[in-house]
Amino acid sequence: MKAIQKIFDNIKPNFQKGGKLEKLHSVYDGFYTFMFVPAEVTKSGTHVRDTIDMKRTMIIVVLAMVPALLFGMWNVGYQHFVQTGADVSFMETFMFGAIRVLPIVVVSYGVGLAIEFAVAQMKGHPINEGYLVSGMLIPLVLPVDIPLWMVAAASAFAVIIGKEVFGGSGMNLLNPALTARAFLFFAYPTYMSGNRVWVADSGTVDGVTGETILGSLAAGTNVVGTAVEEAGMRSYSVMDTFLGFIPGSIGETSTLAIIIGAAILILTGIGSWRIMLSALIGGAVMGFIFNAFAVNALMSLPWWQHMFLGGFAFGVVFMATDPVSAAQTIKGKWIYGFLVGFFAIMIRVFNPAYPEGIMLAILLMNVFAPLIDHYVVEGNVKKRLKRLNSVKA
Amino acid sequence: MSKDIRIKRGVDIKLKGRASNEITGPFRSETFALKPSDFHGVIPKLLVKEGDEVKAGTPIFYSSASERVMFSSPVSGEIASIQRGAKRVIERIVILADKEDRFEDFGAVDPSGMNREAVIEKMLSAGVWPFIRQRPYNVIALPDDTPKAIFISGFDSNPLAPSLTLITEGQEEDFQAGIDVLAKLTSGKIHLSVHKELGESNAYRNVKGVEKHTISGPHPSGNVGVQIHYIDPINKGEKVWFVAPQDLLIIGRLFRTGHYNPAITIALTGSEVKEPRYVRTTKGVCVAALLHNGLVQDNVRVISGNVFTGGKIPVDGYLRAYDQQITVIPEENEPEFFGWALPRMHKFSLSKAYFSWLTPNKEYRLTTSANGEKRAFVVTGEYEKVFPMDIYPAQLVKSVLMNDIEAMENLGIYEVSEEDFALAEFSCTSKMELQKIVREGMDMMITEMGV
Repeated sequence: MKAIQKIFDNIKPNFQKGGKLEKLHSVYDGFYTFMFVPAEVTKSGTHVRDTIDMKRTMIIVVLAMVPALLFGMWNVGYQHFVQTGADVSFMETFMFGAIRVLPIVVVSYGVGLAIEFAVAQMKGHPINEGYLVSGMLIPLVLPVDIPLWMVAAASAFAVIIGKEVFGGSGMNLLNPALTARAFLFFAYPTYMSGNRVWVADSGTVDGVTGETILGSLAAGTNVVGTAVEEAGMRSYSVMDTFLGFIPGSIGETSTLAIIIGAAILILTGIGSWRIMLSALIGGAVMGFIFNAFAVNALMSLPWWQHMFLGGFAFGVVFMATDPVSAAQTIKGKWIYGFLVGFFAIMIRVFNPAYPEGIMLAILLMNVFAPLIDHYVVEGNVKKRLKRLNSVKA
Repeated sequence: MSKDIRIKRGVDIKLKGRASNEITGPFRSETFALKPSDFHGVIPKLLVKEGDEVKAGTPIFYSSASERVMFSSPVSGEIASIQRGAKRVIERIVILADKEDRFEDFGAVDPSGMNREAVIEKMLSAGVWPFIRQRPYNVIALPDDTPKAIFISGFDSNPLAPSLTLITEGQEEDFQAGIDVLAKLTSGKIHLSVHKELGESNAYRNVKGVEKHTISGPHPSGNVGVQIHYIDPINKGEKVWFVAPQDLLIIGRLFRTGHYNPAITIALTGSEVKEPRYVRTTKGVCVAALLHNGLVQDNVRVISGNVFTGGKIPVDGYLRAYDQQITVIPEENEPEFFGWALPRMHKFSLSKAYFSWLTPNKEYRLTTSANGEKRAFVVTGEYEKVFPMDIYPAQLVKSVLMNDIEAMENLGIYEVSEEDFALAEFSCTSKMELQKIVREGMDMMITEMGV
């Protein structure tokens, strides 16, 4: 590590003002601070600082997504081989999925980070760590059969339209990873919905189909916990939906893996438990209301089973809690979270064309978060004014 | 009516190098200094030149904003040098001290028999007026104002701060005289806050003419701004004054003896001090001889004050005017390989992304490392955990960054001071300089609205 420090020290003059690679200063800086916590000392204000920094925060979020990623890899293989009927070992299953999923992850990070570096360099800013999280979120919310060029396009869209046009990390109105997903969903709907995208090779190999459970429900058939007679339809137990042995986006199927991630986020204090809890309550309340007035398969799905299906759990834990696009005040977080859950189930049930209600619900609430915060803060301002007036009186 | 106040949102950070309870000294350095920059916003007009003989209490300079506000020599001796920095700004006036102090005589007198004007006049001419400071804005009070109340925080909750209970013990008479002086300055109340667990000295216990409040809970419970917020919050247009207990003793001493005698007790603290202890000395003291041979190693930062609000001074520098503590901590000049990804068991964090929360009673040797680089605001809800006022700290800071005077006013700029944001600054993931931002906000208000 002394040797690495030496290499950096040796090439540093090239990147400083007047050096021949001066234009790549941000890139040098990005790599250096990735390898080393710089020997920067406090200058003004407090002389000591907390050990926490942005890199640590972001890496914890990435760590929290690893269980979902690993399970997703295995499940990609599992869903494929269940359909083909092949008898394969655990390792073969996992490897099949890993080979399908890793390229998506690599493309997402490669394209996104390249643009991040370029923009940082153009603006002369240090490179922000935000994309470490977005770059992992994007693959996890995509179907496995997505063409890689679409992943690249979506990553570019997320960074440029989702983030940089607003002024970069910390300024964005919408969650960048969800912006990417929404972009793909509306630009290339045939690759993002239907029954031919969720299981690997289902579009090309005969005999392999894969409708998501929400898709089946929207079509009027409940495939959870009941035997299905129709040809080509599979049925699942409730436990399957909780553990994640179901078709769906790569990282969203296993509620258990997501709960492990949620536990990491909540224990470290990095994800807001208030948003997660209130979204859960919001979803439950909406589900409960639908149960009470159920007229079709989606409406009569028991309210608690909604939590296991589709991207609800994944969205609530990893997307709704993004601190930049969520509400920022404590009261605001409760309101924001509740409405995310509430609308997610409402959109899912009322508009079967968009079974992925959570995505639209979070994007919608991202837009409203500043308004919620405004009214919460306004309450505090009013209290202060009232105190002033009572003194005058 | 006295109040029991419980501060919940805050934290006591445990550092190595707490002062042992024995008080040593008196310590007298060869030179003492008066630094105009210790008094925020004061532009000095000199009254002495190099080579002049001064007594303790001889005015050295006055504030260009008000000719009546004098700043006096803490000791008797000779003006050794007047040191100027860039643009000829006066940095410090160094006084070569006599062996024994000779005092200017301002006349011993019982303040209870005096009228308000006479009391103020005496304080101004003897140079104790700068100890009276005002909120909002945390600046020296204007002698023509009448505050709605005066606040004294009877304890300091900052890391490794000296125990004011210990220091004020046995100085009942000076303390009472100081309170009698304050009683002349306001028609409102004089509030004294004591900490539930830190106990009271006899000076606090027996004092008359104050309303006493019992505070419990962690730092920033000792910040006078936090106490004001809970006891009698500042509204737009109102002013309150505050005094530190040791400064109040100096005021009391002036009226009892007729002398300006700024003797104080400071705590010499921090992980790099061999023998952390209390030292009896005088304001403006030079720390060189105190630290000589007294440090564990050489690569250190000497801080006048505490690690949160103190100022960096050279190893042969001078104690700042309002400080009662010297802290010495290690400088950190080594980059840390993949530091952000390692467990870092020895590091301290308020966040549970590290493991220091598993050992809540461990004392830490914190360095000056910034532990990361400055970033945009990303994490939310972090400041609120350590900010015990009914104010939205992040929103207030942003209103300052946007130069939005009205928003600052609405969000509570009148009630805060830079020190109230120190803990939030410490914990900030984005490494924002909150104290600096808040100070700029208050200065902006002064420019727009006047002090």
